[in-house]
Amino acid sequence: MHSESSLRTPLILGHRTYHDITHDIVSPIENKAPRAWYVLLTIAALIAAYGVGCILYLVSKGIGTWGLNKTVDWAWDITNFVWWVGIGHAGTLISAVLLLFRQRWRMAINRSAEAMTIFAVIMAATFPMIHMGRIWLAYWVFPLPNQFGSLWVNFNSPLLWDVFAISTYFSVSVVFWYIGLIPDFATIRDRVVKPWQKKMYGLLAFGWTGNAKAWTRFEEVSLVLAGLATPLVFSVHSVVSFDFATSVVPGWHTTIFPPYFVSGAVFSGFAMVQTLLLIMRKVMKLESYVTIKHIEYMNIVIIVTGSIVGVAYITELFISWYGGVEYESYAFINRATGPYWWSYWAMMTCNVISPQLFWVRSWRRNLMFTFVMSIVVNIGMWFERFVIIVTSLHRDYLPSSWTLFHPTWVDAGVFVGTIGIFFTLYLLFARYFPVLALNELKSILKTSGESYKQEQAKQPHHH
Amino acid sequence: MANKVIYAVYEDPELLKSAARKLVTAGVKVRDVFSPFPVHGLDPIIGIKRTRIAIASFMFGITGTSLALLGMYYMMIYDWPMNIGGKPNNYFYQNLPAFIPVTFEFTVLCAAHGMALTYLIRNKTLPGMPARNPDPRSTDDKFIMELRTEDNHGHSAEAMTSMLRETTVFEINERQC
Repeated sequence: MHSESSLRTPLILGHRTYHDITHDIVSPIENKAPRAWYVLLTIAALIAAYGVGCILYLVSKGIGTWGLNKTVDWAWDITNFVWWVGIGHAGTLISAVLLLFRQRWRMAINRSAEAMTIFAVIMAATFPMIHMGRIWLAYWVFPLPNQFGSLWVNFNSPLLWDVFAISTYFSVSVVFWYIGLIPDFATIRDRVVKPWQKKMYGLLAFGWTGNAKAWTRFEEVSLVLAGLATPLVFSVHSVVSFDFATSVVPGWHTTIFPPYFVSGAVFSGFAMVQTLLLIMRKVMKLESYVTIKHIEYMNIVIIVTGSIVGVAYITELFISWYGGVEYESYAFINRATGPYWWSYWAMMTCNVISPQLFWVRSWRRNLMFTFVMSIVVNIGMWFERFVIIVTSLHRDYLPSSWTLFHPTWVDAGVFVGTIGIFFTLYLLFARYFPVLALNELKSILKTSGESYKQEQAKQPHHH
Repeated sequence: MANKVIYAVYEDPELLKSAARKLVTAGVKVRDVFSPFPVHGLDPIIGIKRTRIAIASFMFGITGTSLALLGMYYMMIYDWPMNIGGKPNNYFYQNLPAFIPVTFEFTVLCAAHGMALTYLIRNKTLPGMPARNPDPRSTDDKFIMELRTEDNHGHSAEAMTSMLRETTVFEINERQC
């Protein structure tokens, strides 16, 4: 049997049996939801309903209801799109990249992080679609035979690469998530007693049996999907950054964008995982599975990616001066000292300075501090995209057209609304789905469980 | 004599594995094992071959690569060449760099979905399929070994049961089939 060094911190605390894991994760699904869940769902659903209303108003009136103007023709819509796609990077990173690196701590967080990914990508995809104005023609982004010639989509355009990247990423993430869910749905199916629950989970479990060959295939499929999803996750935000980097707008036209965007995405994604998991472990009493060590590991990822982002900001500044292009240097001077200086410095503070506080061990193990920081990071990452997009556009080559961007209530309503829809979906997930990967947790119980590790340490060593 | 099926229930994957090893050494064929999570190292003991699903995924992947390149050649070069930003679409090789991102994404799309579908069909796990595990505890905390008399003509059901009793078995169930 595989055994783990006694120096490693246990990943499942206390004494748990296989049955205890099933019980701890499935009983919240069987029992009545706690009052807090209903309160949170009501708030989220109200915000979501307001957002849906704003989107309907926008679609019926046209995107003139946004604050866009001739100079700033991309603003909050693309900011929100990039922000949500970035958040959607943590789930697949946790389940794919950490699987390849055999990081066992991922098993307690991958399920909920993947769910978060899927919901975040849905929110992201909303923005380009509503920005099309005529959302009912959104299928025009696909290369379908048509009666205009056939006139095809432009495969030379990064915007089209984005269509392929986002739709591949979304659909592969859903499949990866669902293949992991099937055995856990089978566990729920075999446990619940209420007829409608038995029927529903029986349907979702696809008739899973858990025989030896099925598990062999399961492991192979997980490994190959992880291998495919790893370059995919890096490609998605690289392609998103091409939307900007291939243009000739000063401030956008930089080769550093792909790695800079990817690390920023992982940075904000992990922050959102922290925000959600810290609430969930408390409400659903998952403290023995999502331990302080898990939180600490994620905070370490936040330090690393936050530092990469910081280096990228400084590199950009240096190159804008060293490159000797005056439009380029002006774009960066304008970011730091122009009318949008406050958003630049908000970005710098939240993304460069604040993650460095996690070098203090007791701070990165403090739940309240982590929770506050996770929100600070996501505010910072929203400002990063706002800075890149709006401050690069608002003063273009023609000083007579220099202007500012003023968001309208529709801009704000749609953005806040997507946060509401996201939380509504996540709360429904937390109520009806197994929030931790049961089968994976069981497979590490006897090597990484606290009581089993203590027992192992007592036994004499043999080689 | 009617065929019989014996289910030996274990509480730990290691106990099941050592029992399976003992039985197989004695010449008993183990039909299958049902467990709540993958039991590593079990497959060679009970004679399960390595899955070829990764090869299938590779095939789907290269199909995706070819379709993407062929499609972009047809749409951008052959059917309706366009001059975009002073860069005309005359030759495939000149345009190839711009086609790489979509080629990559489409390869991954086909490899992942092709493999996932193959996986679901080969496992007979599709929407609406009934549960076929012999005991509901096998998805919770029990590891169940299935032996059949029709696979083991050299051993009677009684002989196999007594062999199982010598292992650290939790429970033995026998059924007619």
